Amino acid sequence: MAANFKNPVIRWIDHRLPVFSYLHHEANEYPTPKNLSYWWNFGSLAGFMLLVMIVSGIFLAMQYTPHVDHAFNSVERIMRDVNYGWLLRYIHMNGASMFFIVVYIHIFRGLYYGSYKAPRELLWQIGVVILLLMMATAFMGYVLPWGQMSFWGATVITNLFSAIPWVGDSIVTLLWGGFSVDNPTLNRFFSLHYLLPFVILGVVMLHVVALHRFGSNNPIGIDTKGPQDTIPFHPYYTVKDLFGLGVFLIFYAYWVFYAPVTLGDPVNFVPANPLSTPEHIVPEWYFLPFYAILRSIPDKLMGVIAMFAAIAVLFILPWLDRSPVRSGAYRPAFKLFFWMLVFDCAILTICGKHAPDWIWSPFSFSIAPDTGQAGISIISMGQLATTYYFAYFLVILPLLSIFEKTKPVPLSISRPVLGAGGAHASIAQAPQQMEKF
Amino acid sequence: MSAGSLVLKGVTALVGITAVLFVAATPHHGVHVEKESWSFQGFFGKFDKAQLQRGFQVYNEVCAACHSLDLVHYRNLTEIGLTEAQVKEVAAAVTVVDAMPDENGDPVERPGLPSDPFKAPFANEQAARASNNGALPPDLSLIARSRAGAGFGAHEGADYLHGLLTGYQEPPAGFELADGMQYNEGFLGFQIAMPNPLSDGGVTYADGTEATVDQQARDVSAFLTWAGEPNYENRIYTGMKAMLFLIVFTLIAYAVKRRVWAKIH
Amino acid sequence: MADHAQSPGNGHASGEEGTRRDFLNLTAASVTAFGVASVAWPFISSLNPSKDVLALSSTEVDISQIAEGQAITVMWRGKPVFIRHRTAAEIEQAKADDSADMKDPQADEARAQKPEFLILVGVCTHLGCIPLGQKDVEPKGEFGGWYCPCHGSAYDTSGRIRKGPAPLNLPVPEYQYLSDTRVRIG
Repeated sequence: MAANFKNPVIRWIDHRLPVFSYLHHEANEYPTPKNLSYWWNFGSLAGFMLLVMIVSGIFLAMQYTPHVDHAFNSVERIMRDVNYGWLLRYIHMNGASMFFIVVYIHIFRGLYYGSYKAPRELLWQIGVVILLLMMATAFMGYVLPWGQMSFWGATVITNLFSAIPWVGDSIVTLLWGGFSVDNPTLNRFFSLHYLLPFVILGVVMLHVVALHRFGSNNPIGIDTKGPQDTIPFHPYYTVKDLFGLGVFLIFYAYWVFYAPVTLGDPVNFVPANPLSTPEHIVPEWYFLPFYAILRSIPDKLMGVIAMFAAIAVLFILPWLDRSPVRSGAYRPAFKLFFWMLVFDCAILTICGKHAPDWIWSPFSFSIAPDTGQAGISIISMGQLATTYYFAYFLVILPLLSIFEKTKPVPLSISRPVLGAGGAHASIAQAPQQMEKF
Repeated sequence: MSAGSLVLKGVTALVGITAVLFVAATPHHGVHVEKESWSFQGFFGKFDKAQLQRGFQVYNEVCAACHSLDLVHYRNLTEIGLTEAQVKEVAAAVTVVDAMPDENGDPVERPGLPSDPFKAPFANEQAARASNNGALPPDLSLIARSRAGAGFGAHEGADYLHGLLTGYQEPPAGFELADGMQYNEGFLGFQIAMPNPLSDGGVTYADGTEATVDQQARDVSAFLTWAGEPNYENRIYTGMKAMLFLIVFTLIAYAVKRRVWAKIH
Repeated sequence: MADHAQSPGNGHASGEEGTRRDFLNLTAASVTAFGVASVAWPFISSLNPSKDVLALSSTEVDISQIAEGQAITVMWRGKPVFIRHRTAAEIEQAKADDSADMKDPQADEARAQKPEFLILVGVCTHLGCIPLGQKDVEPKGEFGGWYCPCHGSAYDTSGRIRKGPAPLNLPVPEYQYLSDTRVRIG
């Protein structure tokens, strides 16, 4: 199967070390379902963002000083004095947000089209590991500029571990390397923030290997039945990914150049001060849903457990949803609950942002301190949303697996069931495809 | 999927994401901030250098008595239109202690150089508090950025500072002011330790601009916005080039994509 | 999908389409290459000296305090600069040696704007050690200038290499007299 390379040097190397054959096989001729929609662009975008973060991070690390006395000023030196330092930093700090946007969409795409179902359970679980690693990396990276929110975010999040019975306090001391968040903490966070992206890179490779074992899922959610259902990855999906990358970069560039600090907290422009806590501590937006879940539970330990359970539940998702139909396109009831979950996560994000005792007035977008106005408090709203979040995975999906009446699924990607809903575009294609058989 | 519905879905998704991010990023505004108009607003915004120089004069003659500007160096003043000679003169007006002691280990005092950071009015936090009734006058290098709402422009910090500097008033009837505090409607909690720093004609502008309180507040707010992000104009300008390129790139990529996929559809 | 109605079997159409696709691919490839290059530039540029480093790229020195026969060392761009107030005998010696056999021949006149003050970058041109000879207690080498302890290079009273492995004279930095007593180096 070794590809026939024209270049004699490549042929010589490939005969001894078949990297080119491997790349050709996995990235060039790799058979991909021909009906992937634009929602499938986000996987490659996530890979692109990982590279952007690693490269910009390496260049920033060359200018950054991980010491409590110098960290804040060294970041400002990057912003002011280093050639294009401001650009590198804005690319990196907004890159974190872009990375999470891309990955969250990627995850919701997997949720909708059942990409976690057999035989892709392990692929899905490796993805959840990547998400966890990303969260750890992002959290530690946010501490590095050593602003007020960096410091107090680090204090609050590391203190979560103190909820663990008996050993909690010792664990927190161990994490800090002292009795508060201080220089040893900053140093180790820098070290780990530099290390973890490469761990992620390794796990991403496993993710790709697992993906290529059975190939991509697709919007119809049925397995490819033969060559008539697939097209080579290159050039079809490389150009499609390139176009998607262009659209995404316009979005990304908007934040980098025109709203570079909007997604961050202005309080982080104040140097860390262990003697004064900012009025309102909030994590970065991508942690807000989890923060809202944490706050929904009045008990400290249970709150922490709920927060971690929100991710842990994704690990067992393949066994919670037993419906034989993969794609949400053929599951009318599932579709409704899925979109409610998306909406629910948006609600959780908003709840995580605001003070728990503020009031969210219905039918208006006003969230304000409690002055007796009609509405629901942020904490109650968060509790409702948290309930739905867990209910979706633990109750709704298992029940749907049993009771849902699904729509007929096409026989193959190339030959959809005629007259079945949602397949109009494919019907038009059908006669053309016939010629190819 | 037709191109039309694709664009529609894409735009909906982008607007949705942006809306959620915006809500998620909107901080608590404790005070009402009046929107002002600034020369540096918008996609083609530019600082008004004459205004920045006036603002520097206000900082230098008024604010610098208590507030440091640690992250700005005298050399940066060439960016707001001062000549090298003027910068040397401004720097030489202060006496700084050199980082390197003499051969006996005694500190060496010398006139400031353009490479020096702005000299701070107090040696340390304790000295600053002792001279200010226990309150610490914050460093102003990033004041415009750290007090900005997380809005979509650089002007939010300027709006806030302008509102604060023009916000001094008589307290409303029944409002209990703590000892040594002033009433200011632009400050969270309305009680501020800083006495009203500006007065009409408090500085005399070299360019003949009338130095009303509002004018001084406006100028120094612009100056501090620049001080918070000296590369601001550079960012906006680079962004324009990047956007133009990316749009062309995306259109070409779309054309190639359609060509390649024409065989499949 | 009417715009894609051409059948692939039509030789004329596919030929034309082929050229158009080649042109498009070429355009796309060049635009992408241009984009990658423009993004690479800021990253590479960030490695160059930053503004705060450049601001210290020149330094002003007061030379009025250096007694005849004495020398001072000042830091300039992270390197030592030797400023020696030469005695009349040292100047004479340096001028007399102009015609001597040297590896890197150069007249003393070309190495000092004012003969009394010799200003040199104090880094041995062999492998970057700092030569001795600034203080009275240090060896000045057999030519009365500087002596590098690493590999035994000896420089004369004009900082010219006279003996040892170093290939070049001690370099003279760019400098300018601001007044009789102040020099700006760099």
